[in-house]
Amino acid sequence: MSQIVVEKKVLNENQKLAAELRERFRQHKILVVNIISSPGSGKTTLLEHTLERMDKTKRVALLTGDLQTENDAKRLAKWGFPAKQIITGGTCHLDAKMIDKHLADWKLEELDILIIENVGNLVCPTSYDLGEHHKIVILSVTEGEDKPLKYPSIFVKSDLMILSKVDLLPYLSFDAELAKQNARTVHPGIEIIETSNKGDGLEQWMAWLESKLAAVKAGDAVSA
Amino acid sequence: MHELSIVASVLDQLEEIKKQQPAGVHFSKVGLRVGELAGVDVDCLRFGFECSVKETPWEDMVLEIEQVPRRQRCPSCGAEFQAENWATACPKCGEAATITIAGEELQIAFVEVDE
Repeated sequence: MSQIVVEKKVLNENQKLAAELRERFRQHKILVVNIISSPGSGKTTLLEHTLERMDKTKRVALLTGDLQTENDAKRLAKWGFPAKQIITGGTCHLDAKMIDKHLADWKLEELDILIIENVGNLVCPTSYDLGEHHKIVILSVTEGEDKPLKYPSIFVKSDLMILSKVDLLPYLSFDAELAKQNARTVHPGIEIIETSNKGDGLEQWMAWLESKLAAVKAGDAVSA
Repeated sequence: MHELSIVASVLDQLEEIKKQQPAGVHFSKVGLRVGELAGVDVDCLRFGFECSVKETPWEDMVLEIEQVPRRQRCPSCGAEFQAENWATACPKCGEAATITIAGEELQIAFVEVDE
């Protein structure tokens, strides 16, 4: 019996393709964010608010992943930015191949920002690099404060946590300070923005996007 | 939930490795390395593996999994330590922003071949 040393990443193919995508995004100076959360935390709602407030001269495109239906792409299309649905047909995450395929008929040189809305899931999307600059995790106040401790990987890998639905805090026993503390326990450098449907934090969120876009345009963005 | 696709990626890569070996080679074991931060459930991975190899040429291949805990390095004092309960501040000097040096692995480490 003998042993062959392999030492290869299991998701080598995904990693290679993600690196190619990252290089293409760098060449065309496109900011790419990958938004991840549990189902129902408000990913699509946040994007609706984002598009509503977005400077209409910005060239934004959206890829939105779901197991089934075109509903999200339809919800997002009404602001006039191109939005495409990725139907995974049961797969619980997006991978680099799906991104590559769905980008095929868009001209990258005509884009400033690509927003990827991942499939609602806090576990599986964590493992798949999509070539993005930033992973963003959304935690809503109707979930548990201990989610960052229960699902640490995604909080470790995200540069920003959005604490959503904060307008509901008066009706809940959710301890927002504890939730933020838990996120900082697993990832001390994580940035946090609190948002709601009533408009809380949305200016701050838009400014965050703007600053990250400026970094990409200046060519000094550090990719995930 | 994505462990089945991970097993599929492993088997695809083994297929490629096999092609580079002499014809008729038999892999008796595959060793994977799974970090604490990899987002992979080891029990699901084992179950996905069992289901995937059943009634295939890989059926009698043993799966060995090495689980890698998260380790951090302190940029201030250079200490290296295992992050317990996700607390990543340096236990020596208190530095909060330490760097992850292990725990993100999701790798095929080795295969064993019958002579």
